[in-house]
Amino acid sequence: MDDPTQVEVGEGRAPVIEPGHTFATITDKISSIVLTRPVSNGWLFGFGLSFLITMVLLYAIGYLFVRGVGIWGVNIPIGWGFAIVNFVWWIGIGHAGTLISAILLLLRQSWRNSINRFAEAMTIFAVACAGMFPVLHLGRPWLAYWLFPYPNTMNYWPQFRSPLVWDVFAVSTYATTSALFWFVGLIPDLATLRDRAENRAAQIIYGILAMGWRGSARHWSRYETAYLLLAGLATPLVLSVHTVVSFDFAIGIVPGWHTTIFPPYFVAGAIYSGFAMVLMLAIPIRKFYGLEDFITARHLQNSAKVMLATGLIVAYGYGIEAFMGWYSGNRYDSFLLWNRLHGPYHVWYFSLLACNIFFPQLLWVRKLRTSPLGLFIISAVILTGMWLERFVIVVVSLHRDFLNSSWGMYYPTRWDWATFIGTLGFFTACMFLFLRLLPGISIFEMRTLLPEAEVKPE
Amino acid sequence: MKRTQIYGLMAEFDSPTDLVVAARKTHEAGYRKIDAYSPFPIEALSEAIGFRWNAVPLVVLVGGILGCLSGYLLQWWIATVSYPINVGGRPYHSAPAFVVVTFEMTILFAVLAAVFGMLALNGLPMPYHPVFNVPRFAFATKDRFFLIVFSSDPRFSSIGTRSFLESLAPRSISEVPS
Repeated sequence: MDDPTQVEVGEGRAPVIEPGHTFATITDKISSIVLTRPVSNGWLFGFGLSFLITMVLLYAIGYLFVRGVGIWGVNIPIGWGFAIVNFVWWIGIGHAGTLISAILLLLRQSWRNSINRFAEAMTIFAVACAGMFPVLHLGRPWLAYWLFPYPNTMNYWPQFRSPLVWDVFAVSTYATTSALFWFVGLIPDLATLRDRAENRAAQIIYGILAMGWRGSARHWSRYETAYLLLAGLATPLVLSVHTVVSFDFAIGIVPGWHTTIFPPYFVAGAIYSGFAMVLMLAIPIRKFYGLEDFITARHLQNSAKVMLATGLIVAYGYGIEAFMGWYSGNRYDSFLLWNRLHGPYHVWYFSLLACNIFFPQLLWVRKLRTSPLGLFIISAVILTGMWLERFVIVVVSLHRDFLNSSWGMYYPTRWDWATFIGTLGFFTACMFLFLRLLPGISIFEMRTLLPEAEVKPE
Repeated sequence: MKRTQIYGLMAEFDSPTDLVVAARKTHEAGYRKIDAYSPFPIEALSEAIGFRWNAVPLVVLVGGILGCLSGYLLQWWIATVSYPINVGGRPYHSAPAFVVVTFEMTILFAVLAAVFGMLALNGLPMPYHPVFNVPRFAFATKDRFFLIVFSSDPRFSSIGTRSFLESLAPRSISEVPS
């Protein structure tokens, strides 16, 4: 592997970490964001705004509890409206965090060390947003625990042949694993914060969370083994989660859902939208917290390349869907294609193609890959496109199936929008809190990137 | 004999290389109850202090096997014994449909075993430890590297060990009160 800290002038590759840093400067720079930096007006404004939007979410959920899912636009034939669209969208976003923290760790891509921490936080908050939707969509959300197998007086058990039950297991395992992986990664940094904090309350709180970590060589050895094994376990897990999400569709017989391309195409789409969200978070974070030394042009470029690659896989998925609509000779599959292109939702389908296939091709241009503003905009476009993709898969497939007599239209209500926008607020509010309370970049993994971290042969 | 009030002697180093060299020499000198502290993982360090085998992989393997078995057996028992439902004449024991949950339970149990096993083997959480009494030790989580010889080591003597540690050219040596 090439030295990650080396500036390769010939290829013009930016370094992973700007030169001139030492163990102490890395520690001080990252921990000062949490420990000494005063609360800025920008942070207060951003957090206040997202907190307000979170209140909208709580209001929408409260009203849902009182009135039931009838406040949403869902009805037969479109029983899965925004709730499932948003579920799939959010959980897909989460996947990039696990990809960065686990898969890139196994592949020894050390550039990931400066973005894995907040990408993992993003995963946890995105999964939290995702998890809300299927539960709210249950109709009687307060009985959500019925989804889990537990001995009960009704002598009832979940139906394990149903992909919806598989999803419960996949998503709850994923949420648990992501949270634990994130926390294990935080332990040494919490110890750093404990030792750096001046304020007694901070010392006690970080001290409790660090659990007495002291950096002993024996501890590090077990820690590294456990961390590597967690990465190895999280890798098949993350691929399985969106696969199982796609089974929710693919196991059904609805035209547009019943296809074998779904698992790989869903996983690629998940990573695609996840990296877009990573960039939408990384670009403002590095700007406002002055972290350009740690989140360099290299990270932006690499993320852009991942988006380009996964975007092409997604484009291939769309191509195969369209091809199979024609090639299968199945009239319902061909009608689905015709309906996407000419039906009442054709504007959504064409916007999806524009957002996910057409505009992202601009990423071939090196100048765009190195421009933070350009990447920010293209990431927003991709995130919109991926949301539209899920809308097209859920709504357009359901609204016209086998019998004309059962056709219908889906109109989202203000409560659908309030819940969706509310989760965006919840997500950003969590990110704002995370950046102030915990180190947004892994301090100990950044230290290992420095040349002096190498043990020289005697 | 006067009871020793010292927990150990701690030497401070500036770089990971110095620490690994010093740890190796200390181990070669016959000290066995030693430990080293660093602000980030150093692969060569655990070997240098003579720590070669850790039980984490075994714990994870056991966790994974338990998760796999409990996932599959749970589904088998529910589908065939406790709550059999005939779905279109398909067999009650429908193994292919049980793969996903078995897989997820395997991962879940292995992950829990990895995290809690690692913490338990490391003896964490441990809110108090004598090394925290050394004021300089706060830098062990920043940019300094420490080596300790515990007073429980049979070769330990407060004078002899101190002069041995001095021969390793550390930045400073402190006594760790117990």
